[in-house]
Amino acid sequence: MKFTDEYRDQRLAKELAAALARVTTRPWTIMEVCGGQTHAIVKFGLDQLLPPGVELVHGPGCPVCVTPVELIDKAIEIAARPEVIFCSFGDMLRVPGTQRDLFSVKAQGGDVRIVYSPLDAVQLARRHPDRQVVFFAVGFETTAPANALAVLQAHRLGLKNFSMLVSHVLVPPAMEAILSSPNNRVQGFLAAGHVCTVMGYTEYEPIARRYRVPIVVTGFEPLDILQGILMCVEQLEQGRAEVQNQYARAVRRRGNEPAQELIRHVFQVVPRKWRGVGEIPQSGLGLAPAYAEFDAERRFGVATLTAEESAECISGLILQGVKKPHQCPAFATRCTPEHPLGATMVSSEGACAAYYRYRRDVAAAGPVQAPAKG
Amino acid sequence: MERPTGLPVACPLPLTDHPHIMLAHGGGGRLMHQLIERVFLPAFRNPALDQRHDGAVVMVDGLRLAFTTDSYVVQPLFFPGGDIGTLAINGTVNDLAMCGARPRWLSAGFILEEGLPTDTLARIVTSMQAAATAAGVQLVTGDTKVVDKGKGDGLFVNTAGLGLIEHEQRIGPDQVQPGDVVLLNGDVGRHGMAILSVREGLQFESPILSDCAPLAGPVLALLEAGVRVHCLRDLTRGGLATALNEIAAAARVQIDIEEAAVPVIEPVRGACELLGLDPLYVANEGRFIAIVRATDQDRALELLQAHRLGEPPALIGRVTAGQPGLVTLTSRVGARRVLDMLSGEQLPRIC
Repeated sequence: MKFTDEYRDQRLAKELAAALARVTTRPWTIMEVCGGQTHAIVKFGLDQLLPPGVELVHGPGCPVCVTPVELIDKAIEIAARPEVIFCSFGDMLRVPGTQRDLFSVKAQGGDVRIVYSPLDAVQLARRHPDRQVVFFAVGFETTAPANALAVLQAHRLGLKNFSMLVSHVLVPPAMEAILSSPNNRVQGFLAAGHVCTVMGYTEYEPIARRYRVPIVVTGFEPLDILQGILMCVEQLEQGRAEVQNQYARAVRRRGNEPAQELIRHVFQVVPRKWRGVGEIPQSGLGLAPAYAEFDAERRFGVATLTAEESAECISGLILQGVKKPHQCPAFATRCTPEHPLGATMVSSEGACAAYYRYRRDVAAAGPVQAPAKG
Repeated sequence: MERPTGLPVACPLPLTDHPHIMLAHGGGGRLMHQLIERVFLPAFRNPALDQRHDGAVVMVDGLRLAFTTDSYVVQPLFFPGGDIGTLAINGTVNDLAMCGARPRWLSAGFILEEGLPTDTLARIVTSMQAAATAAGVQLVTGDTKVVDKGKGDGLFVNTAGLGLIEHEQRIGPDQVQPGDVVLLNGDVGRHGMAILSVREGLQFESPILSDCAPLAGPVLALLEAGVRVHCLRDLTRGGLATALNEIAAAARVQIDIEEAAVPVIEPVRGACELLGLDPLYVANEGRFIAIVRATDQDRALELLQAHRLGEPPALIGRVTAGQPGLVTLTSRVGARRVLDMLSGEQLPRIC
């Protein structure tokens, strides 16, 4: 298939792996930030092509995984109301709240629907003026422009029965939180290509300088990721710490400025809790005061609801790259995709689910003590 | 089993880990297997059921009969490449074919919702008749029930089928041996994506048609030619990946397949990429795998080619002694990984 096969070529992948082996003289730890990259790495087995010592750790870039449990509980509370049509992207439905998940709400009569675009939810609100349509707006900077558009459209249409439960998160503050942690092992980053398509990469330049860490904006196909790793290792070997753009076919330095304008217009930067990590200042987006009428937390009075996470789940350590999924004692035993303890076991982008689906041969060896290569 | 929330287990018989039936219990994945293992098998246990096949094989006066049933609840009722009627005939015909039987007689039970246009029913019955003729089966008995408006989804159909086994071969996971080859009769993913595109109002440049088709022809051709067929499985709910996992688990063998060898047509690949779905888990209604003796592979592929549906049939993998129950896939870039069974239905990813 055009535009994918070119980036999955086995011969080129082997050439990149060989080039990587030639330039690597010592161990390096690199974090791929985005869950889409984690998914591609385990799906295509890219970690198996790396030279010994180059270790990939899986970052906090899965929106499903970092959505805090209390927000899931809020979603469940709203979705269970008879007047509500609750719309969400598919993989949010299986994320466990403290008591149950959105699929269970659906099984018990809640009107929970999977949509592919927030604009579909706006359409539903137009078609069902007698119902309250709520869209669960999760995601990074990538999904924010479309969600902003949905709010704008609802505003223009004067819809009184549309609202959003917003849980948007931002990448750069999370990277800084990881780099500032005393447990940090990350020496270089593959930045999330699609986030940078929207935001560009100027905001990564101060991070690279301040923390002396190379950051390579990287795509999602196997050859993209291998090339991103190669560029990152070359920088590390040469003692450089720059922002480079591997994903030049989609990303410009300043990104998509109209989309950024849209985000700034509809949302404002707020502190945000990250599941398993805790609150990170200035790390999320909430609706700007001018659009507060579309805030589902206000409309349904759930803003004060709080919840505790499972004590056993180590997803926080996994999202920060401190531990690998199979190093968790609950992995594949008490925590499985059918009965996830944490969100990293739910989404196909979650590191634990990806390991469960694709790398149980590694995991079958049991929890390991030392950090093992992917 | 420990519960994350510390809730007491209310039911004295922990039938499943879920207090309510979830859609995923019907998704063909791990939850459905739990339901079968914990609820149905203990209640009905007998040797024919214990074969755990798409249909049961029973003996009557020296005759070997295959017997199966299936219910059809697809929405929309009409989709590109077929409708619920063609599905109800071919699905049951194919379950019989997967037992190595020649499908002969079918029953049809209709559950109609009050208010269903009679014309809709007539169209569906007409296509059932056409599908039955094409598959060489007769509808010999039936039943009709009507439920109140709002208590059904337009129309549900159940069909049951009887077929005759006219050969001496035993077909089932217990016959699978290390060294066998895995053959696939065409490209995968069409039916699921055809349904999804209508259901979600997705439009593609070229519409994806369901692959719904009767499979008794190619199966009987293999058997009549004396190809040593060890196991057959049609790739319905859960798709190719689920079928391979079921067989590997039941046969206690490892199966290794090559991703690049599995044919997927461009529109299906494109739609799957767009939605974040894996075509290996998408449902088919006219595709099956035949696990055959390696020395028969060329002849078997020729016969499948003669009964070709869609893209050419392909050898996609091999059975090894390896790790019982494990299915591995060698990806396009040449690395190997686990090909797992899903817990329920595939969920579209966020970004």
